[in-house]
Amino acid sequence: MIQETAQVTLHPFSKYLREDMMPHIWCQGCGNGVLVNAFVHALDELQTDLDKLVVVSGIGCIGRTAGYMNVDSFHTTHGRALPFATGVKLANPELEVVVISGDGDLFAIGGNHFIHAARRNIGIKVLCANNLNYGMTGGQQGPTTPLESVTTTSPYGNIEHPFNLVHLAAASGATYVARWTSLHVRRLTQSIKKMLQKEGFCFVEMLSPCPEIYGRYNKMRSGLEMMSWFKRASVVESFSDPSKADITKERIVVGEFVDIEKLGYEKLLHELISKINEKAMDRVS
Amino acid sequence: MKTALTGAHFLNGDVACAEGAIAAGCRFFAGYPITPATEIAEHLSQRMPEFGGIYIQMEDEIASMAAIIGASYSGLKAMTATSGPGFSLMQENIGLAVMTEAPCVIVDVMRGGPSTGQPTLPGQQDVMQAKWGSHGDYGIIAMTPSSVQEMFDLTVEAFNLSEVYRVPTLLMGDEIVGHMWEKVIIPSPDKIKIQNRKKPTSRPEEYLPFKPDDDLVPPMACFGEGYRFHATGLTHNEHGYPKTSSSEVQSRLVRRLVDKVQKNADKIIRVEEVMLKDADIVVVAYGIVARAALSAIRKAREKGIKAGLLRLITLWPFPEKHVAKVAESARAIVVPEMNCGQMVREVERAAKETPVAFLSKLGEDPHTPMEILEVIRRSK
Amino acid sequence: MPERIRHVPLDLEKVKPSKVEIHLIKDECKGCGYCIEYCPKKVLEESEEINARGVHPPRVVDESKCINCSFCSIVCPDFAIFVIEKKNKEEK
Repeated sequence: MIQETAQVTLHPFSKYLREDMMPHIWCQGCGNGVLVNAFVHALDELQTDLDKLVVVSGIGCIGRTAGYMNVDSFHTTHGRALPFATGVKLANPELEVVVISGDGDLFAIGGNHFIHAARRNIGIKVLCANNLNYGMTGGQQGPTTPLESVTTTSPYGNIEHPFNLVHLAAASGATYVARWTSLHVRRLTQSIKKMLQKEGFCFVEMLSPCPEIYGRYNKMRSGLEMMSWFKRASVVESFSDPSKADITKERIVVGEFVDIEKLGYEKLLHELISKINEKAMDRVS
Repeated sequence: MKTALTGAHFLNGDVACAEGAIAAGCRFFAGYPITPATEIAEHLSQRMPEFGGIYIQMEDEIASMAAIIGASYSGLKAMTATSGPGFSLMQENIGLAVMTEAPCVIVDVMRGGPSTGQPTLPGQQDVMQAKWGSHGDYGIIAMTPSSVQEMFDLTVEAFNLSEVYRVPTLLMGDEIVGHMWEKVIIPSPDKIKIQNRKKPTSRPEEYLPFKPDDDLVPPMACFGEGYRFHATGLTHNEHGYPKTSSSEVQSRLVRRLVDKVQKNADKIIRVEEVMLKDADIVVVAYGIVARAALSAIRKAREKGIKAGLLRLITLWPFPEKHVAKVAESARAIVVPEMNCGQMVREVERAAKETPVAFLSKLGEDPHTPMEILEVIRRSK
Repeated sequence: MPERIRHVPLDLEKVKPSKVEIHLIKDECKGCGYCIEYCPKKVLEESEEINARGVHPPRVVDESKCINCSFCSIVCPDFAIFVIEKKNKEEK
């Protein structure tokens, strides 16, 4: 029997959300809510210490996530979530720092910061809601907009090749790379869990429906139509070559692509500091 | 094992600044190499780990500025150092630091501009940018050293001011002060005054991260202390939540950010007054130029001209009360700057009717005492 | 959705699926339809009523068919539906 619960407070995960900021601003069918939901499920399964979790987000619809989560959070300038998170993590390596941002914020203006954060292998976990356009500002093309897609700044069809984000993340040195869609909620949750328990820089991309804007301009006028594209075209090819992990009308390659062990930056820094201080001790004695 | 530098040392300005940061308790430096500030980064890359601090070379100045805000929010005193081109890149995130009231120190060792300019030669061309560089209305603190000793002392003071007022504080050096070598006396750590940010006294559930105390500064919690607060670059209310549609919130927040510095100006501003009591002609100068100005007014006094020097140590908030006072009794004011006229505009504004003579110089050398003396003589 | 899974678990007689309560926060629902469309047991359908947002929230067709897979709980972008497992009387 359904029990009507009028208050959000009775939702078992409402403790993860700032109730005074709810309801969120996201559209009907927007994948951002799904990503946050999966993230919160992962946190719950791991019983993560919320006092030690910091959520950093950039600018964009998904950027509002930091405001909605009931943890220490920061909403940076456009593209700068990763260097900010670098400062947070290195200053206090005990903190679990998760960057939740979008395709434009992380890979256009933030592209340089992404490749360097991955290269350094700083223990920041990145969740990317890839909705294939710049949703917040009305649907302009972005670095992941597929070829031929119509957006407000590519009215004749996009003539730029999009990034393959998992390939970029793998090539930059991330220790864990996965891509799922908002349909693969359980596997997404498991990937997020894995990411939170791993050392080093991790990246999980979630292909996110933006039905009100991207979908509407590209003949998928509802969330259900976008989800049915995900369902029809998705193939799980874990640990296949990330450079061949395409996203097209016919084929969306999802799965885990990289899961390696690599010395994290914080560990190397800690060793360095210990070594120097030992040497200094030797010098004095 | 940490060993703070103490005693008398022969250092260059950049190194003195770096040692000042360490003495002030800075334990996070993120930067990018740029002449003539590179030595600050190089010195700190060696010294920071000795104190268990963090040195990280970021991919650009934008990232450096973002990283120090992050480190500040994680509870560390953080600094970056750059010059003109990097200072321009940092502006957006300086705005973020202002908006989120993050204590941090930014050193700009000014060089010839604009654009790539003259990397190895001095300038004072960024002083207006220090106040107006980022978009929007805000208050900020900027100081300018005239000696290697001040590169040390003012760095410590910059950290203190940024912590007390929760505002990014700028240290506007120049290539000469940065690269020259002078004797520096460093007091022992217990004799150096260190100030830290106010911590909240309320319980986490009651904490409002942007609710100011009477001094217009909110107490600052850090990540990981259980306060679970939110900070954003968007216009926000006292909870830290974005309120992008409210004129009332915008007005209240922005005016407080401006007033925070302006209304506390008397406590922030520092100047040096030399022979001002009976001065007819007053030279208002700052940075390396003030060294020549000091020599010039002494020579003027030898020639019977009652000259004095008002050396600006704090550039922003602008010491307008000090300039106005000087303008009341002086017949004329002389402002030498290594730019095409920046602080002189503020001096003119504060001096009102008193005539102000501006002496501009660009390039390798600052004004010589004789050049300033000549203008003093002509202003008599 | 076609039932792709045809095999029968070997311990089907011993293990009973737990009872569940499906909770719906009706006025949070934006009517995206994800829970209805992708429930593996077709437990939900669109209701006739209109909520505060002007859309049709789902309604439960047969709660006993729910297998507590929690797909709807995770996929809902608005945190408007969740499933709670009720412990069986014997297990209490």
